[in-house]
Amino acid sequence: MTNLIEAEHLTRYYSKHCAVNDVSFTLAKGEVLGFLGPNGAGKTTTMQMLCGNLAPSAGQIKINGFDLLDQPKSAKLSLGYLPDTPPLYRELSVDEFLSYCAQLHGIAKASVTQAVNKAKERCGLTEVADRLIANLSKGFQQRVGIAQAILHNPEVIILDEPTVGLDPIQIREIRTLIRELGQDHGVILSTHILTEVQESCSHVQIIHQGQLILNETIAGLNQQMDTGTLEVATRLTADANALLSIPGVTSIDNIAGNRIKIHHSVTANPAEQIAEKIIAAGWGLQELTPIKRSMEDIFITLTKEHGDL
Amino acid sequence: MNMIFAIASREFRSLFLSPLAWTILAVLQFILAFLFLTQVETFTALQPKLAGIESAPGLTDIIVAPLFGNAGIILLLVTPLLTMRLICEERRNKTMALLLSAPVSNIDIILGKYLGILGLMSLMIVLMTLMPLSLLSGGELDLGKLFANILALLLLVAAFTATGLFMSCIAAHPTVAAMGTFGFLLLLWILDWTTGMKDQRSELFEYLSILRHFQNIQSGLISSVDVSYFFLFITCFILLSIRSLDNDRLQK
Repeated sequence: MTNLIEAEHLTRYYSKHCAVNDVSFTLAKGEVLGFLGPNGAGKTTTMQMLCGNLAPSAGQIKINGFDLLDQPKSAKLSLGYLPDTPPLYRELSVDEFLSYCAQLHGIAKASVTQAVNKAKERCGLTEVADRLIANLSKGFQQRVGIAQAILHNPEVIILDEPTVGLDPIQIREIRTLIRELGQDHGVILSTHILTEVQESCSHVQIIHQGQLILNETIAGLNQQMDTGTLEVATRLTADANALLSIPGVTSIDNIAGNRIKIHHSVTANPAEQIAEKIIAAGWGLQELTPIKRSMEDIFITLTKEHGDL
Repeated sequence: MNMIFAIASREFRSLFLSPLAWTILAVLQFILAFLFLTQVETFTALQPKLAGIESAPGLTDIIVAPLFGNAGIILLLVTPLLTMRLICEERRNKTMALLLSAPVSNIDIILGKYLGILGLMSLMIVLMTLMPLSLLSGGELDLGKLFANILALLLLVAAFTATGLFMSCIAAHPTVAAMGTFGFLLLLWILDWTTGMKDQRSELFEYLSILRHFQNIQSGLISSVDVSYFFLFITCFILLSIRSLDNDRLQK
């Protein structure tokens, strides 16, 4: 399978400040890549570089096989981009604006109407087609921005925080749309909402202070999230040493009174043996809960680790 | 080519979606009509005297030349207002990303914007030319001279627009762009005022003065020196605008 995006060693300086530092990744067809990071991590800068709005200080970008610097027109033909502020001409109506975008992206005159209609339908804009963009609510403006990005059916769709300012129902619709688009396009999505990544992405990248600190599939991340911790509450105090002897258990933390945390390796799940042991010893098992690390935890741990380095 | 046309036609239509273009067209037409009528009256008053003079200035000299000359000055004031928003506003509204991520080159963007404004300018000149043309119903015009005047004004306005476009590329705020354009053009306009004084004559200033070249063509003498001055002027500012837009991507 050919890669839709190949970014190699992207670096970007703003005078002396390094916004993006040696970031490399690829995107294949059928992937939805979530780009995560705290504010000012370099998400938007990376996206602007991918879309040719900003020249990288060093590194190379290939879109659909075309180098963005050497063949910008061919590369941009397969690109749909929604910046963090949707680029809308407020004095135009939705229809006028979308037809203009279609022309800009080189859609043949005969198929402009068809393309515009399809984009309107996908983004739920059919009812507001005749209204001026200036008079639309923020959510609808955002949708026009998305419509503009998918209008010409590009191979690569880059969305910078697409769900900002939308109500929960619209957010759900947009997520469904993104998943749908991900089936036959390559989508990159930047956000700092973690659930969004969990729901709509197939791959995750976390960027922090301009560096890529995680590049994983969602499945891989889910595995990471299952770190293997059990929280156990007993009536009488449990003997930690006895529990430590169970194969698979790595360490035990005392939280409070009769409450302990048992860490174990992911592969061997010793929950059953632990339960048996506690009952056999008569400590009175009251509670045994596996603890799942949420994406927030991973995000915070990862960004903190790198902050300390 | 299609892209240039698409950008130009949007620019042109957008102008008419705001009251700006309509207002400018209306005000300009009103003022020029007033000047035109004054000029016609002058001609009727002078006519008996002119009849006696051999090779006296004709209808075209007395009416068309001053009308187009004044139009040049008014457009010097108006052009900065029209061009100030071209690139500047796109940057401020963050709509520039749409053009930059679309498969269009910077050359297309600049030429599209330029031609869009030039469309409106041509429309102004057409509306203006209708006034002297109406004299054809009762008199005779030197059509060659009229053509020279139209060409002169068109070249002048094209040069104004190119300057305005460049200023809009480099300014962060539309009013700054307008002020810059106006100041620069006014300077070029008055540059050869010193040439009136014999001992202060400067050939360089004389060549740079936009007014002198405009008047040369206006007088019916279409020489390649004057025409190429305008072409150089326009090309220079268009190229500078493209460079300035390229620079956006490299911003430090």
